Amino acid sequence: MYRNHILFSIDDSSLKAGVKDVENIFKSELAKLNLLDEVNVLETGTLGFFGKGVCAKVYPENVIYANIKPADIPELISEHFLKGRILKRLVLQSKNTSQIDLNYSKRIVLEHSGIIDPENIDEYLGVGGYEAWEKALTSMSQDAIIKEVKDSGLRGRGGAGFPTGLKWSFTAPLKAPQKYFVINADEGEPGTYKDRLIMEGDPHKLLEGIMISSYAIGATKAYIYVRGEYKLSIERLNKAIKQAKEYGLIGKNIFDSGFDLEIGIKVGAGAYVCGEETALIESLEGNRGNPRVKPPFPGVEGVWQKPTVVNNVETIANIPSIIKNGAKWYSEFGTDEVNGTKVYTIMGDVEVPGLCEVDMGTTLREIIDNYGGGMKEGKKFKAALVGGAAGVFLPEKLLDAKMDYNSLKEYSAVLGSGAILVMDESADIVEMLGSILKFFKHESCGKCSPCPRGNEILNKIIKKIIAGKGKEEDLDTMINVAEAMAKTSLCALGQSPIMPIKTAINNFREEFLAKNKSKK
Amino acid sequence: MKTLADLKKIREQAQKNMSLRESNNRIKIVIGMGTSGIAMGAREVMKTFLNELANRKIDDVLVTQTGEKGLSSMEPVVDIIEEGKPTITYGLVNSEKAKRIVSEHIVNGKVIEEFVVEAK
Repeated sequence: MYRNHILFSIDDSSLKAGVKDVENIFKSELAKLNLLDEVNVLETGTLGFFGKGVCAKVYPENVIYANIKPADIPELISEHFLKGRILKRLVLQSKNTSQIDLNYSKRIVLEHSGIIDPENIDEYLGVGGYEAWEKALTSMSQDAIIKEVKDSGLRGRGGAGFPTGLKWSFTAPLKAPQKYFVINADEGEPGTYKDRLIMEGDPHKLLEGIMISSYAIGATKAYIYVRGEYKLSIERLNKAIKQAKEYGLIGKNIFDSGFDLEIGIKVGAGAYVCGEETALIESLEGNRGNPRVKPPFPGVEGVWQKPTVVNNVETIANIPSIIKNGAKWYSEFGTDEVNGTKVYTIMGDVEVPGLCEVDMGTTLREIIDNYGGGMKEGKKFKAALVGGAAGVFLPEKLLDAKMDYNSLKEYSAVLGSGAILVMDESADIVEMLGSILKFFKHESCGKCSPCPRGNEILNKIIKKIIAGKGKEEDLDTMINVAEAMAKTSLCALGQSPIMPIKTAINNFREEFLAKNKSKK
Repeated sequence: MKTLADLKKIREQAQKNMSLRESNNRIKIVIGMGTSGIAMGAREVMKTFLNELANRKIDDVLVTQTGEKGLSSMEPVVDIIEEGKPTITYGLVNSEKAKRIVSEHIVNGKVIEEFVVEAK
């Protein structure tokens, strides 16, 4: 029996900071003092913040240590693990708050991240994992599952916010020799990494969601399309799938129900457009990742022309909790109109960049102040780019707008990616828009004309403005071009530039005009 | 390949192993692990507590450690903290006494007056 558990946060940022070395030194120091049978050294997913080096959480004291260097280990062990005194100088702190609010009590999809070892299926079982899968498979009909998901009000967390249960109900009744369920984990929106955190922190939760969802629509094959850069996610998902197979949670005739399910991983190759579901399906089939013309929609003709449901990682990570606790329980999260929680990643000029999972409808101000630790160095807020490149610039007057589909209305598509890039007064909105447009031009796939051609024009204009040679009517031209692209492009890539362009120009028009004057 | 019953067993075992990471404990046993506490055998005492609790399958009691209290002559010192009751401090605890504390105080709720240093 252990008296302490120490969980090292393993994520991309801590791996770069050398967490593996720190962990090994930690273990060998413990061994020297004969403490290995008293202190359990474990690995877990992200603890919820970045740029703090090697971080670890210690139970039962529930202390988080940050920026642990190899040289700190002897002191840390002798103080905390030998003498039982918390080593204050290493405890995570921010200037504004003594303790960062990690909001565990209100989490759904990330409830176990930072608490369990994601590479150990037993720990997931220990926190009630796979109970929902048992329940769904042994006691619920497919219709009952879809009804529960519909009643919960769950909407897609990939961007468009389409009701998940409704999406399933189009595909479930179709008769086909094979149906597919696909997870879109090709998280390409710049600055977005919420899906990575879910896959790294609690891969079994995603798998459980996939199992239930596949069963609900009658798909016996499921794929996770994950972007190639997510090495740790891929590794952990592979391990999780292997463990689930060994435990008989997937495979043939699961729990004697007669239902078979296989889950496979497809690694993406880095194209932004493959986050679009039809391009993703093309890529999954081994073709060039070009979007398809809709209709037919993937729900009817998707992977290899078979009915296919494509859902986002975060959406499906909600499913186990909904099935286990019911739609009514789920509806207690969020606002009256929009249920559930949302995972955001906070970056830019804040004290503690990181992640948070909060109720739908939490305001931008609350997110920045409570979970981002406030503005960096007490500077003044200027704008937040919410939703990545295909996102919107929210000015100060929208700080108190509720972040949900209804309140953000035409901006609501940006909720999906959950990326919040906070900019202080020193930020240059025009340059920022310039780099976003450069990104779109680079990623445009060239299948339809409006998108590559339009992006070309937009780039020319923004370069002119940045060089101080723009005219006021250029701003209107940009909006007109982007609007034409939005109406005529095949997929979301060409339809997106209008969002950052319109919000940047409408909210910060004087900055665009000032570029002209300053360079003259 | 596991059956549903196997999974249930695994789930229960894992829950037990992870109970440390929850905070719904009825009683907290805090062992003074300063230099003098350790010198007087606090580590042995703590192991005894952990083993006794594990043997008796008690999972709502948390064993943790703290620094020196200032009762060096009474080390090893053990605090028994229970909500709504005065904190009991036992002094000069050894493995034998630790076992009695578990059986009489933790299980039966009876304070062992002869070991008590202070109660407040």
